[in-house]
Amino acid sequence: MSDALVLNLVLWLPVLGMAALLAIPAGRPGTIRSVTFWTMVAQLALAAWLYAQFDPAKAGLQFETRLPWIPAWGVYYQVALDGYNVLLVLLTAFLGPLVVASAFTAITKDVKLFYAMVLAIQFTMVGTFVAQDLFLFYLFWEAMLVPMFLIIGIWGGERRIYATLKFVLYTAFGSILMLAALIYLVVSIQQTTGITTFAFADLYRAKLPVDVQLILLSAFGLSFAIKVPMVPLHTWLPDAHVEAPTAGSVILAGVLLKMGTYGFMKIGFPLFPQATQILAPAIAALAVVSIVYGACLALVQTDVKKIIAYSSISHLGYVMLGLVSFNYLGIQGAVMQMVSHGLVAGGLFLMVGMIYERCHTRDLAAYGGLAKILPMYAVFFVVLSLASVGLPTTSGFTGEFLVLMGWFVSAWPQHVAGNSTPLLLSIAAVSGVILGALYMLWLAQRLLFGAVKAPHQPFADLGGRERAILVAIVAAIFWLGLFPAEPLGKTELAARHYQQLVTAPATKMGSGSFSNPSPLTSAPLEKGTVAKMNLTPL
Amino acid sequence: MKYIALLPLAGFLLNGLLGNRLGNRFVSVVGCGLPLAAFAVALAYFFNLQATGAPTIEVAYTWFVAGTDVLEVSFYFDRLTAVMALIVTGVGSLIHIYSIGYMHADKSYARYFAYLNLFLFFMLLLVLGRSLLVLFVGWEGVGLASYLLIGFWFEDPEKAAAGKKAFITNRIGDAGFLLGMFLLYTALGTLDMDRINAAFMANPAPAVSASLVGILLFIGACGKSAQIPLHVWLPDAMAGPTPVSALIHAATMVTAGVYLVARLSGIYMHAPEASAVVATVGCATAFFAATIAVVQTDIKKVLAYSTVSQLGFMFLALGVGAYGAAIFHLYTHAFFKACLFLGAGSVIHALSGEQDIRKMGGLAKKIPVTFWTFAIATAAIAGIPPLAGFFSKDEILWFALASGKGGSALLFAVAALTALLTAFYMFRLLWLTFLGRSRMSAEVEHHVHESPLSMTGVLVILAGLSTVGGFLSIPHVLEPLLPLPPVAEGMQPFHYAVVGASIAIAAAGLAGAAWFFGNGAVRAERVRQAFPVLNRVLMGKYYVDELYESAIHRPLLWISERVFLGLGDRRLFDGALHGLAALGRGTAAALGRVQTGSLHLYAFLVLAGLAFALYLGLRHV
Amino acid sequence: MDSLQLLGWSAVAIFALGLLGVIIRRNVLVMLMCMELMLNAVNLSLVVFAQRGNPAEASVLVFLVFVVAAAEIAIAIPIVLLLVRHKRSLDLGAYADLRG
Repeated sequence: MSDALVLNLVLWLPVLGMAALLAIPAGRPGTIRSVTFWTMVAQLALAAWLYAQFDPAKAGLQFETRLPWIPAWGVYYQVALDGYNVLLVLLTAFLGPLVVASAFTAITKDVKLFYAMVLAIQFTMVGTFVAQDLFLFYLFWEAMLVPMFLIIGIWGGERRIYATLKFVLYTAFGSILMLAALIYLVVSIQQTTGITTFAFADLYRAKLPVDVQLILLSAFGLSFAIKVPMVPLHTWLPDAHVEAPTAGSVILAGVLLKMGTYGFMKIGFPLFPQATQILAPAIAALAVVSIVYGACLALVQTDVKKIIAYSSISHLGYVMLGLVSFNYLGIQGAVMQMVSHGLVAGGLFLMVGMIYERCHTRDLAAYGGLAKILPMYAVFFVVLSLASVGLPTTSGFTGEFLVLMGWFVSAWPQHVAGNSTPLLLSIAAVSGVILGALYMLWLAQRLLFGAVKAPHQPFADLGGRERAILVAIVAAIFWLGLFPAEPLGKTELAARHYQQLVTAPATKMGSGSFSNPSPLTSAPLEKGTVAKMNLTPL
Repeated sequence: MKYIALLPLAGFLLNGLLGNRLGNRFVSVVGCGLPLAAFAVALAYFFNLQATGAPTIEVAYTWFVAGTDVLEVSFYFDRLTAVMALIVTGVGSLIHIYSIGYMHADKSYARYFAYLNLFLFFMLLLVLGRSLLVLFVGWEGVGLASYLLIGFWFEDPEKAAAGKKAFITNRIGDAGFLLGMFLLYTALGTLDMDRINAAFMANPAPAVSASLVGILLFIGACGKSAQIPLHVWLPDAMAGPTPVSALIHAATMVTAGVYLVARLSGIYMHAPEASAVVATVGCATAFFAATIAVVQTDIKKVLAYSTVSQLGFMFLALGVGAYGAAIFHLYTHAFFKACLFLGAGSVIHALSGEQDIRKMGGLAKKIPVTFWTFAIATAAIAGIPPLAGFFSKDEILWFALASGKGGSALLFAVAALTALLTAFYMFRLLWLTFLGRSRMSAEVEHHVHESPLSMTGVLVILAGLSTVGGFLSIPHVLEPLLPLPPVAEGMQPFHYAVVGASIAIAAAGLAGAAWFFGNGAVRAERVRQAFPVLNRVLMGKYYVDELYESAIHRPLLWISERVFLGLGDRRLFDGALHGLAALGRGTAAALGRVQTGSLHLYAFLVLAGLAFALYLGLRHV
Repeated sequence: MDSLQLLGWSAVAIFALGLLGVIIRRNVLVMLMCMELMLNAVNLSLVVFAQRGNPAEASVLVFLVFVVAAAEIAIAIPIVLLLVRHKRSLDLGAYADLRG
């Protein structure tokens, strides 16, 4: 069967799963769980197969399907894999079965609806990543809100209504601006060239005047920045994470947040390169603020989930920093950090969920010395904490190291040339590794070490299902930490493409036109004079 | 070459996963056997190096490709690596064997050996790595192992906190290390240390400031090797089991900083400012730590501060360009400090857990093997010829004075004073612990017993190495790789004077300790009463910990809580959000006031609207 | 002003009176009667215009208005009856349920 068909299957399998669920009566939760789980496993198998088939040497879209949908508007159903989304699709598919498995004992009411919502959100998330048509992308982007709203609102914690409303309204507010900008973009292209198109490949070639770019980037950027989240638009995240059920938090931290950064990488920055270049220092500054601010706030929380929520804000600051470094190392680091954070934060939320199922509290003060009564749990928790901190051999290190090095490599020549702000940002960002260690180890200390203290003892250590979930995540983390060359090889061409697009110099063209693409520079790494020397080993 | 590192890793996995199930004997065999095997492999490479004379480079795999630059996981074996690898595996194996006896009653026996093997794995990565990246992996990894081992008895919150402190202080150093690495990569496009050295030795030198790189990397070294101001974690690290203190905090991990600077000597040779900083910090730390060691009452804490001080000596040597001498001292220090720590462990074991030297004494006859090995090691560290410490310390003192690359009388004076203090407090320790009248409680005294062979055997071996180690004359073995600095003009005649001075210092320390602390330490007590303020400051370790707590830790928490959380998140961001929501609600409420329910009003409004519409429509008719 | 004009203006006046009554009066039945007044005033004005211009169309309209008014009354009175039975009051103030 052709690869394009497999991709469509990967996308639509959750919908088929939902249809299957309709047929199962609500009084058989076991069957519901099995069907959902095996649907997700099938999706993962297909996604993994596509990943293996993905050709790193081929630029552009692979496994493409392009069907006319609303031809009068230039809207096509166009889905494909490219270097931008191949790892993210794999991540989403990987987390799917884990999320479903983690909710087996946690969700007991309205089971059918819950798993239907999980499948729905899986569908919309994969759809957002594989859509190559702006209209389709927007559709999936908005559609994702509905199942998430229900997941948090029905199966969440005490303040779930507040949290879910905040999440939905905040995100939707950004999306409305994005819709207006999107329409403006397409219409203005249509007015100047006569072509109506929503396809990314076409939109990349548009040349818009800088002032228009700035406005549109602000609109798109606002929507994506709310999703990432970037400080100061982040306040929905702690509430949403804390009130969501475990599965919801894992989906949120694991994949949903990546949609914002993916949006920046695929759409926001490449469509408006000159505006990005102008706003890059500000975005970098906000990214560094996110890193430091998120870490500082994580230090003083008392709710375990909030600590991890703020750590997410901190980690995604690294991603944004990498994206605006315009440096190949930084970009690849950002991609790696996206995937790594999905695994690490997802894993940490899963672990919090496991302890919550046993003790029914998230208050850190109620816990202590868990390493004595839950030794296996402690091992996994320490491993995940260290991955969060960025210990070498874990994926967290790969991401953070490449981002920081990439940013520094682009900041140093600017410092030598007189502009020291990027260098200061670099130093501040590196200090983030210290703060990261601070709050994460403090959390581990409070939770695992010291005198034993936990409500509802005695309880069992990790069961087989929980262990399997955590082993899968830890294995993925170490794979990416030790052997990143292969996955990053698949994203290499996309990273170069992105770099080319965003570093494009402004052309003399006035309003938008589809004339020959401007001579794009390939922006190699800047190095000192010694690089020109032939360095032979000693 | 990678098997040198992978063997202990296998030990970690085996012991970690299966150790609890397969029993202590299995754990001991695997836990000690694999490091010994690694030692054998390292030895084989060493002989190979002697035979071929050229360094070996092995590339394991590619970690990341960035256009034409490649970040590889690769290994490098030259003489410096040989010295380090043999020490790490050799002394490491000895300490593993010692641990069999020391930890045999501990219920987490398997976990202990798993962590020790993990440590060896990372330390070997550190010394074998060709690229700064691999070194950094090992660097952080030993920090992890240290964290796990210091907090090994984690049920005690203080011990767990000590582990956390170590990791975080190391991380602060690592931030500087990372910046240094980035700068090197930006300038040279590579992180391979041999190529970096070649680039700096070549003409013209790279465009980047060697001193800046040197200082940044040195910040990392300060964190790992406990120099001022990042030394605060080492004394607290004594919370871990004593063999851990011997291995990690005396012989190997803390020497990683010294190894780093020595390995990148190509940079430091061209960075006079950075070298000056290294020498000054090293010298100051050595003196500072020695003064604190003089008043410590916990046997392990004395040795901890002594380690900080000796590391300071090593950095002093590095700072004046005597890289080989620093490695020499690293080597000999590994022997006698490990011996001292393990001896202390033996004492603690014999006294059923007592660590306060005020409650010891009179042990010489009761635990003779421990006593004699401890005494030999003490004499070695004090610099009594012809033991190992004399040779290495003498080299350092000599170069501190006479090196053409930064040697000065001031450095020499402070270093000599520190050497005097070293001899003094080490003999103080010997006296108070082993000699004189017993100050032990009757209960403890009754149970005093010599340690098992696994422990005493290792002590004897280490004491032997402390005796003959000096004759291995490391600086000259390393000389092709790490040339010793040129002697400053006119200084050569003073060489024998310096040697004589060293011997005199060692003897003075011995005599001083005997005078103050013999006979029940009465004179020492009188001196202590006479200088209460000084005593308090020294016992308070110059209040550095308190300074950090009040100047950094508490303000950070305060800002995070009050400013960021209270003002920022709650009032500003959430406030703006809630304000917008309130605006929406308010507007809706105001507009909703039209809905009075009164049909009269509705009818009136309908008609008024109609009239208005008609007016608008017919205006221009 | 001739008689036709007078009739026309009086139709306007009656319409105005009816409108005022709908807006001001509180009694439901009185409001209904005023609405009838308005309808009949419109009828009257239609008759006047029939005299003036188009007798055919205007007359047909008059009959249309009659039928519509009758139908409307046939529906409105029962509705009002039901409402009054529910609220037990003929005062319009009691029907302010759509508040808010």
